[in-house]
Amino acid sequence: MRLGRTRAMALIGMQGSFVDVEADISSQLPGLVIIGLPDAALLQARHRVRAAASNCGIPLDGHLITVNLSPAALPKHGCSFDLAIALACLAAAGDVVQESIERVVHIGELALDGRLRPVPGILPAVAEAARLGAEIVMVPVACAAEAELVSGIRVVGVCDLRDAAIWHGGAFDARPVDPIAAAVVTEPTIAADGDLSDVIGQDDAVFALQVAAAGRHHALFIGPPGAGKTMLADRLVGILPDLDDEAALEVGAIRSLSGLGVPSSLQRRPPLETPHHTATAAAMIGGGSGVVRPGSAVRAGHGVLFLDEAPEFPANVLDALRQPLESGRVAIHRANTVASFPARFQLVLAANPCPCGLYGVPRETCTCPPAARRRYLARLSGPLIDRIDIQVQVSRVSAVHVRLASEQSRATTADARARVQAARAAARERLATTGWATNAEVSGRWLRAPANRPSATALAPLDRALERGQITMRGYDRVLRVAWSVADLSGATSPTPAHVGQALYLRRGEDR
Amino acid sequence: MAAKDELGRRGETLAADYLSANGYRVIDRNWRCRDGEIDVVAEQGDETVFVEVKTRSSTDFGHPFEAITLGKLRRMRRLAMAWCVQAGGWRRIRLDAIAVIARPGTRPSIEHLERLT
Repeated sequence: MRLGRTRAMALIGMQGSFVDVEADISSQLPGLVIIGLPDAALLQARHRVRAAASNCGIPLDGHLITVNLSPAALPKHGCSFDLAIALACLAAAGDVVQESIERVVHIGELALDGRLRPVPGILPAVAEAARLGAEIVMVPVACAAEAELVSGIRVVGVCDLRDAAIWHGGAFDARPVDPIAAAVVTEPTIAADGDLSDVIGQDDAVFALQVAAAGRHHALFIGPPGAGKTMLADRLVGILPDLDDEAALEVGAIRSLSGLGVPSSLQRRPPLETPHHTATAAAMIGGGSGVVRPGSAVRAGHGVLFLDEAPEFPANVLDALRQPLESGRVAIHRANTVASFPARFQLVLAANPCPCGLYGVPRETCTCPPAARRRYLARLSGPLIDRIDIQVQVSRVSAVHVRLASEQSRATTADARARVQAARAAARERLATTGWATNAEVSGRWLRAPANRPSATALAPLDRALERGQITMRGYDRVLRVAWSVADLSGATSPTPAHVGQALYLRRGEDR
Repeated sequence: MAAKDELGRRGETLAADYLSANGYRVIDRNWRCRDGEIDVVAEQGDETVFVEVKTRSSTDFGHPFEAITLGKLRRMRRLAMAWCVQAGGWRRIRLDAIAVIARPGTRPSIEHLERLT
């Protein structure tokens, strides 16, 4: 029996599964046939593998080699199967030890000279391999650092096919080669360029920002052009606490899948994504024919998705965000597969009050007809607005503010981050038994349960607002949620009347 | 005659000898028609075997078998059919290929692939 067998990884979204790569040699005219639902790039592996093998001095057998990728019904994409295919072929011909390749998962693309090229998506593939119980993974040497971020799996980096064959017991002499280097990593966007103390005269908005960060509440800023909405939203990422191991790995995995490259150490700062308002639904949540790529909302996972000029976004793009806002995941459906990505982002919207932007600005005249003004903010659909706990109006800064600013001390990013960190820790401790971690996730039922309800005096302003019909029951829960974040931020064990009052204030921008 | 044709001729003779030595009865060689040429036609048991012979003096440009492409196979089938028509009668047919690698100064090596599909 002339058979070789090894394993590779297929990724659908972030979900990995093992692919058995089998090679059989039969006495027919020379050829390499790949079966098992390969895409065009994978089908071309037959040319790459044959050329790579002969150019690194271990030519494939001169008969017909049939390569089967199993499970046969799972669609397989891309060029990361080359290494596994080549080694299975060599094992079938007896050039490498079958028992050795069987227990290793192989990931890598072959160049025609036999060297290994780095492939995107190494981090999620290796993480999934480790999760599924693989012990050793062989990757191109350029990807070894990225693969080693995953714990609990042994990573073997190899320069070329000959190296790999030698590692697997092939009787060849080592030949020195220049390994193919990894692409230069574009540094992740970090909001290190602006400090919170740069924001002048927007004390409410700065406070709202800290509450949003503490409870992971989604936020909407409404104000005229030049009020500093964009500046504020940019600062949010700076005051978010560092990511834990699991979140950092997930952020890295998504970067890797997007082909952005992963820095050699885990990136602990939350990501910031700022798609332009011409973005399509596919750009926002992900898409693509064949290989499904993550979109902005997915890349913003564990960080901030900031939509500047939110009403300018097409309605279908905004509504595409409803699913991830609800479930924390994005599912992209294709004819033969569903790709699912984690997308637990914090949404920050900035909007002008009307198309011209001047409605409500002192000493300025808004030129918009009333209907246009109403229609403008109504573009943010009800279900979307419903999920945004904090809605703040931002007004333009006057000369007085600027003068005062030079005298007063303002919160810096570092202080704010420390306070947010403490508030998050308090919330996590309080919610330890519930499975939630932040105030934004907590259900209304838990908030209103007698054991957790704030004192009657604290609730009085809220109850009054409800009685007057100023807020709905849903709004009531939302104010409570924000009140808890305000309390956590100030170090209180339960919201006081002042905290509830501040929370009520933080939904001032809302008319519903 | 060009050197390559001479090499090809020599390879075909070697292949025919090899077949005879292995229990085949060679019944035709270099049979030509309008569509092309069959190198060797032989019989083994009740099967008629059509053999394509490829000869190389080295494997620097690949194994001789690699030169037999899908198009070539299709033509071999057509030629086999044409041969059967002119020979008459009902037969079981089979396509084989023989690779002769004749490196100068060494004994030529012969590889035989049976039942091409």
